[in-house]
Amino acid sequence: MFTTGPLGTLTQEASISTETTVSEVAVQLEGITKRFPGVVANRDISLTVQKGHIHAIVGENGAGKSTLMKILYGMQRPDEGEIRVNGSPVTFHTPGDAISAGIGMVHQHFMLADNLTVLENVILGSEPRKGGLALDFAAARKKIKEISDAYGLGVDPDVLVEDIGVGTRQRVEILKVLYRGARILILDEPTAVLVPHEVDELFENLHGLVREGITIIFISHHLDEVLKVADAITVIRRGTTVAEVDPASVTARQLAELMVGSELPSPETRESTVTDVVALQVTGLTIGAEGERRVLDDVTLTIHKGEVLGIAGVEGNGQAELVEAIMGIRPSAGTITLAGEEITTWTTLRRREAGIGYIPEDRHRHGLILEAPLWENRILGHMKEKVNVRGWWINRRGARADTQRIVEQYDVRTPGIDVLASALSGGNQQKLIVGREMSGEPKLLIAAHPTRGVDVGAQAAIWDHLRTARAAGLAVLLISADLDELIGLSDWLKVIHRGSLVAEFDPATVTPEQLGSAMTGAGEEA
Amino acid sequence: MSSTFTDRLLGRVRLSGWVSLAAPILAILFAGVVTSIVLALTGNPVLDTLTTMVDYGSQPRSLVLILNNATTYYLSALAVALGFRMNLFNIGVDGQYRLAALVAAAVGGAVTLPAPFHPILIILVAMLVGAAWAGIAGVLKATRGVSEVISTIMLNTIATGLGAYLLAQWAVPVAGSNNIGTPPIAASGQVPGLTLVPGSSLKVFGLIFLAVAVGIGFHVLLNTTRFGFDLRATGRSEAAAVASGVNVKRMVVYAMLISGGMAGLIGMPQLLGASYSYSLDFQPGLGFTGIAIALLGRNNPVGIAFGALLWAFLDVSANILGLHKISPEIVTIMQGVIVLSVVIAYELAHRYRSVAEQKRVSRELAGAASTPQKEGATA
Repeated sequence: MFTTGPLGTLTQEASISTETTVSEVAVQLEGITKRFPGVVANRDISLTVQKGHIHAIVGENGAGKSTLMKILYGMQRPDEGEIRVNGSPVTFHTPGDAISAGIGMVHQHFMLADNLTVLENVILGSEPRKGGLALDFAAARKKIKEISDAYGLGVDPDVLVEDIGVGTRQRVEILKVLYRGARILILDEPTAVLVPHEVDELFENLHGLVREGITIIFISHHLDEVLKVADAITVIRRGTTVAEVDPASVTARQLAELMVGSELPSPETRESTVTDVVALQVTGLTIGAEGERRVLDDVTLTIHKGEVLGIAGVEGNGQAELVEAIMGIRPSAGTITLAGEEITTWTTLRRREAGIGYIPEDRHRHGLILEAPLWENRILGHMKEKVNVRGWWINRRGARADTQRIVEQYDVRTPGIDVLASALSGGNQQKLIVGREMSGEPKLLIAAHPTRGVDVGAQAAIWDHLRTARAAGLAVLLISADLDELIGLSDWLKVIHRGSLVAEFDPATVTPEQLGSAMTGAGEEA
Repeated sequence: MSSTFTDRLLGRVRLSGWVSLAAPILAILFAGVVTSIVLALTGNPVLDTLTTMVDYGSQPRSLVLILNNATTYYLSALAVALGFRMNLFNIGVDGQYRLAALVAAAVGGAVTLPAPFHPILIILVAMLVGAAWAGIAGVLKATRGVSEVISTIMLNTIATGLGAYLLAQWAVPVAGSNNIGTPPIAASGQVPGLTLVPGSSLKVFGLIFLAVAVGIGFHVLLNTTRFGFDLRATGRSEAAAVASGVNVKRMVVYAMLISGGMAGLIGMPQLLGASYSYSLDFQPGLGFTGIAIALLGRNNPVGIAFGALLWAFLDVSANILGLHKISPEIVTIMQGVIVLSVVIAYELAHRYRSVAEQKRVSRELAGAASTPQKEGATA
């Protein structure tokens, strides 16, 4: 978090680097559209990146940034539109094509071999030869030193990668790309793994790179960082470019609003069912050792019976870890109490038995066994429920009857309960999961993105089921990237950012600006 | 999004209906064609050779040998299959059964008990030794994350060395030869054979019933118990199993113990039904045959039974080829081709099935409701 740096100084810094560059276009995208079955990931995207600029692309997760970058790096091919590099149109079939056009990508997750030296990692795949067979380490070392000095990266070629820190590893990744001759760098969420002082170092390096004429495309959703480092900003929302802004003339708040969209849905008027009986109490939940970046940092929250607590936040800020910690899948420090009983040391199965229902974020990986029939999926996660088992034995008849009940009650469209889960559509798979997790009178339901990737009909049905259960006294922890869902269902909203709960709002009165700035870490007071 | 090739290869994915029968039959026919080509290329009469093999393999004496071989193959393949169903590759069945048979033979030869208890004790010892040996790999995987493939292969080698040492300690000379073996098991510990096939004085192993019982137990354990459900769930999707509260590490240890216990049974029909002693010439390599047969039978007890019988038929009928100056290795080629083509046939059948199932579901839904569903099948 950047507590220093009011916007004024940032703007100054940005304008200085603008002056040093000449106005020449490095990358131009026009009318890029990319469709995947059922969704349009990118729609009519236009983007112009000046040579020697740090050009930031901001947008919420799922807005289409990653797809756009994959297109630019040759990992995906656009269905429509044109890519121009240095003025001439190009078609990339593989990342190799992009590299030979001078485009390099630094991935969010480093791709380095720990047990090799920096030098070996850098030359891996483009080894200089000497006399046909032997590797020319001397030439490679010389070239790496040159690059490192020219751009002020300060990388020692002869240390093992396992011995260097995260910030240096990132510089090795950058060096690796430069070594292959890239003049245009794509950095995908480069600050996600860094602690604040490493972020500052990275930004110094980036300024060093652009001074030498390198162009940088910088993907992020951390607005304060973007404003600090970028020369130009493009905002992407729902798959398309919505604005091209100058960091000198925009505030973090305005940017946040552009990212999130200016209209927030109004919550439905309804009676509150919140009671004063505590269902779930989480205190000081922390994941990550001292000194490292914590994926979850001292999270404390309370959910009452009949209450839906919504967690808003850009994805990857600790939501998944919070859920897994409460479910007992991931070890954590802190205490968790369910209906007055401490469950901190319990196993996942015991927590489920005690009345926690769980709708996982990724239903294909965690919620279902795709290659098993529906009735076997009914048993999954409920291996101790009376309808499913009798002692050591699977209660086949009971489980089948109860699956039939779920299919009818939750309107799962299927020809029968013997079909494989993989044969159902996403919405029907999800309705089966919701029905399963609502069975056996749970005390708490953890719903992570409960309507992601389902059709509108199934979405409305799932929302109805959640509201009905809430009225009956169920406590719900709702995690979602869909603001309609969060505001429409929640009784109270908390915002998670970099592993901490940073703000809370009443969904009835929250404004898009407030939510946007809290979610993206812009502005401290929120 | 769908199952991986390994899932399908190891039978963790269901395959039902006529294709599950047609696939292996077509594969065996294909293997027959390949073998014929090899025979023709090496200048041997194709039809004569195949008919000679079938004639020889269907004689009463051969049938007994086939049943006896198939009994051990079946037990071996079941031991392998149990691990496969959970995504555990127990390559160490070979070492487990050899060590188990040796220790069980030594214990059986050293004690004398009333008839029903003596063989039961020997069998229990064998299961315990097999389970313990496999359990080492299970514990290593659960506590230290050691790949069970590596550790079981290494344990095979250790078992060979340990077996040689123990045999040297316990062995007595086998009468009438320069072989050495454990002291013979007394009559009270032997399981008498059965005259099942008319026209042959050779006897079928009495423990063939044990193999059948283990096959039924395998089916019951996997398909009707909570443990079996957890095991299959872990094999199909470890991530989903963890999210559902399955203690995967504990399951790894249990599955290895059970697989090893079953491996301990492999040597028993031979030990208690024919040799009564573990000697230097006790049949090795059965664990690896078991891997091939488990793949042939898609880790399903019924499929494995057919696979074991087929394998045993090929082994036995190969014996006649030498008399006709044809290399018996032709059968090894055939066995290899069968495994490969069965694997490919199952894969093709699976692809056909999953597309057909999704089409069927959307067709039935469209037929039932007047409004057809316009969603992708798996989103």
